[in-house]
Amino acid sequence: MPFIPHTDSDIESMLATIGATSVDALFDEIPQSLRVAGLEGIPLGLSEMEIGRLMSERARVDGRPLSFLGAGAYEHHIPSAVWAITTRGEYYSAYTPYQAEASQGTLQMIYEYQTMISSLTGMQVSNASLYDGGSAVAEAALMAVRAHRKSKSLRVIIPTTVNPNYRRVAESTAGNQGLRFETVPCERTAGVIDFAALQAFAGEDIAALVIQQPNFFGQLEDIDRLTDWAHEAGMLVIAVVNPTSLALLKPPGEWGERGVDICVGEGQPLGVPLSSGGPYFGFMTTRLEYVRSMPGRIVGRTVDLEGRTGYTLTLQAREQHIRRGKATSNICTNQGLLMTAATIYMSLLGPQGLAAVAETSLARTSELVSALSVLPGMRVAFEGPRFHEAVLVLDRPVAAVLTELERHGILGGVDLSVDYPELGQALLVCATETKTSADITRYASALGHALKAVRAA
Amino acid sequence: MNQILEKTIFEYSRPGRVAAAQCPPAADAALVASAKATIPQALQRRDAPLLPQASELDVVRHFTRLSQLNFSIDTNFYPLGSCTMKYNPKACNQYAMLPEFLGRHPLAPASQGQGFLSCMYELQEMLKEVTGMKAVSLNPMAGAHGEFAGVAMIRAYHRSRGDLARNEIIVPEAAHGTNPATATMCGCIVKEIPVDAEGDVDLDALAKVLGPNTAGIMLTNPSTLGVFERKIEQVAKMVHEAGGLLYYDGANLNAILGKVRPGDMGFDVIHMNLHKTFSTPHGGGGPGAGAVGVSARLEPFLPVPVVSREGDHYRWLSEADRPLSIGRLSAFMGNAGVLLRAYVYMRMLGREGMSRVGEFATLNANYLLARLQAAGFDLAYPTRRASHEFIITLKRQAKELNVTAMDVAKRLLDYGFHAPTTYFPLLVPECLLIEPTETESKETLDAFVEAMVAILAEAETDAEKVKGAPYTMPVRRLDDVRAAKQLDLTWKPVDSAA
Repeated sequence: MPFIPHTDSDIESMLATIGATSVDALFDEIPQSLRVAGLEGIPLGLSEMEIGRLMSERARVDGRPLSFLGAGAYEHHIPSAVWAITTRGEYYSAYTPYQAEASQGTLQMIYEYQTMISSLTGMQVSNASLYDGGSAVAEAALMAVRAHRKSKSLRVIIPTTVNPNYRRVAESTAGNQGLRFETVPCERTAGVIDFAALQAFAGEDIAALVIQQPNFFGQLEDIDRLTDWAHEAGMLVIAVVNPTSLALLKPPGEWGERGVDICVGEGQPLGVPLSSGGPYFGFMTTRLEYVRSMPGRIVGRTVDLEGRTGYTLTLQAREQHIRRGKATSNICTNQGLLMTAATIYMSLLGPQGLAAVAETSLARTSELVSALSVLPGMRVAFEGPRFHEAVLVLDRPVAAVLTELERHGILGGVDLSVDYPELGQALLVCATETKTSADITRYASALGHALKAVRAA
Repeated sequence: MNQILEKTIFEYSRPGRVAAAQCPPAADAALVASAKATIPQALQRRDAPLLPQASELDVVRHFTRLSQLNFSIDTNFYPLGSCTMKYNPKACNQYAMLPEFLGRHPLAPASQGQGFLSCMYELQEMLKEVTGMKAVSLNPMAGAHGEFAGVAMIRAYHRSRGDLARNEIIVPEAAHGTNPATATMCGCIVKEIPVDAEGDVDLDALAKVLGPNTAGIMLTNPSTLGVFERKIEQVAKMVHEAGGLLYYDGANLNAILGKVRPGDMGFDVIHMNLHKTFSTPHGGGGPGAGAVGVSARLEPFLPVPVVSREGDHYRWLSEADRPLSIGRLSAFMGNAGVLLRAYVYMRMLGREGMSRVGEFATLNANYLLARLQAAGFDLAYPTRRASHEFIITLKRQAKELNVTAMDVAKRLLDYGFHAPTTYFPLLVPECLLIEPTETESKETLDAFVEAMVAILAEAETDAEKVKGAPYTMPVRRLDDVRAAKQLDLTWKPVDSAA
């Protein structure tokens, strides 16, 4: 019996201790009418050898194409040490650290994580993770509405330059509590928030403005101006950032005169594999004054009975297991193991390593854009500074070109024509430090063939 | 004073030290310089972030040492009630971490993911079969996230019928805190109802709160009291007749796996904690996975994406295929890697292994109950069978010996056992909620009983010893009041000088 250690004599003596005639008798409180007969839809069990073979075959089907996909999930080198340590049973198979004395390893790790992510974002305090970037944006919107001291507004501005899936998650998650998301279009030259359109909201009662930097197109927003404008208009500012980019870009705590109020983002680039979309983790940092409005677990450093330093979950009065219906969120289980991976990743990379990853990614994307945009029928959508993604516009259907590229073993980018029809046949491409000049040359060459194979519209 | 077990990683840091193997091969320096020059100064970072400057060995040693300060399933018996801390098979991790699965981008086309998608589709099918539900979505990333999806679907269902007044969610008082918190997050009003002396839902109280505003009821069965809700068929009938729907909190699904199915009990929507019942890791607080299952009438509202099979091709169904969907709950498609682990686990157990989970989880719980009762511990529900877990109450010991449930829990750590769940459910005074799971051997259970007996003896002869526990952990009891009052949430460089 896989993973069940009982011998026949164990079963016999245990039943004797209980005073039951059979294991089945232990279910005698369940009405017979409800008992299930069999589970025909589930196949018979497999040994480890058999499942190993099956999974390896399925993995082989999926292969390992050369990918230039980004759009919120990024391929970075992950040091071997990260997952060798993260999958140690002492992290992997531990529970949420409620019993602090028996969980000092996880608790100290979280305290170190909080320190690193606070510093990276330039904010004062951090929680111990949310589910992913999308749910972090949703929780940030809810938190802003809760934390705003002067406005009772349930309206939050979330421009179209914010990842469309983050906008969808925010709507599905916060819409039920009456939040209303207002949108602002992007202007077409630099692919950033249309400031004139944004200014139309001046004088209205709005809880917060969401600013993504780099934005969904990879373009850099004028964060100082946007932050100051929103603060003057009485809104809180929620930053959505890529953690890798912060080795290079101004941290949200320093945006504008006062810095942002809440900062969130997708933690995946920090040592978490792409893995078809998860598990990732969402990070959230804020000002100290808002810490009691923050959702999720928080670890504090304290002392024990003998005065020794120790770590414990703190400010639990915000949470569902204490406050029940009045909690800041229903979140319970978060993404602890991914936070562990990210903490080890940030420790291994250090400030220099992370900056090198960011700079190399920036340079590779610049190289990629140069190589692709010179091909006939291709142009760069937006001018102005960007990080490690760019939008290219084609004179023929993107979907067909991408299918053609797949034949060459290349995933050429994300087709934006569904979410952003106003941009035409637009393609979002990304190159991180994992791409070499040879990879970029290979992509450009395959794209040349693909463009020939697909007729212009 | 202030003897530190393992210093922080920041105290290993030395200016200029780099784990050089982890730096990417330098792109052309001129290229980097010219790319950087495109970014205006005003958008650039001025001061480096506070990240450690450490060698690879420093980092490996530090985080390995930290891991050794933890209890975990791999090292200790962890009878944490309602958390199902069973063995997480190593194969589940290894085969979810094949390089092709890890490297697959979430936006890669379905054509480059048929292997992965076939696993997801089969997982959906197996979860349908084992729960008796009509359709499954794998998106929610934890139990509470699954609860959110479930209640949001209940609301969407009523709204789609123009039944706009239904905004009340009924929750038994013994429910997990996430139940009422979820109802609030979905914009509902929470109505708590009591349970009777034997732990079943109080049907008179239920009848009183049911009405035209009832959206639904959230139930855990077996309940958090560790007993099967015997009146479930009546509850289902009453709620359905009042126009409400039934939500099944799958926290305790392990107890009945392969024996009874929530769908057959009359539930309309359920969530499953794959990190409990299907043995994916708890990870020190996640990632979980909270797949949801629904009856036919709720299928159109399932969160997207969902995997469909068309001939021998698998693809994602999105908003366009499911216009009534409550929408998207994650940026991509939930905790895919966790789902792969659950898939491997279910395939290894197979049909015959599923029902053994429920059987042996129940056998272990009832054995432990019988032995602890014989050893003089008081049961909260002595007339009932244990499900996969049960509650003992230390109310008598607290009164007679001044030793609390928390004291016993902390003393257990010294005996090498993780504490059971303490002070939950809130309605049983001085309680320990104990769940051994099916993967523990009789010898482990016996050793736990011996530890409990020894602690009881200590409480009778030397109560102060129990009250001062633990003694053998990396730290003694921590000052939680200080932690909350003198907030110290991040390390600061000045600390090292102090």
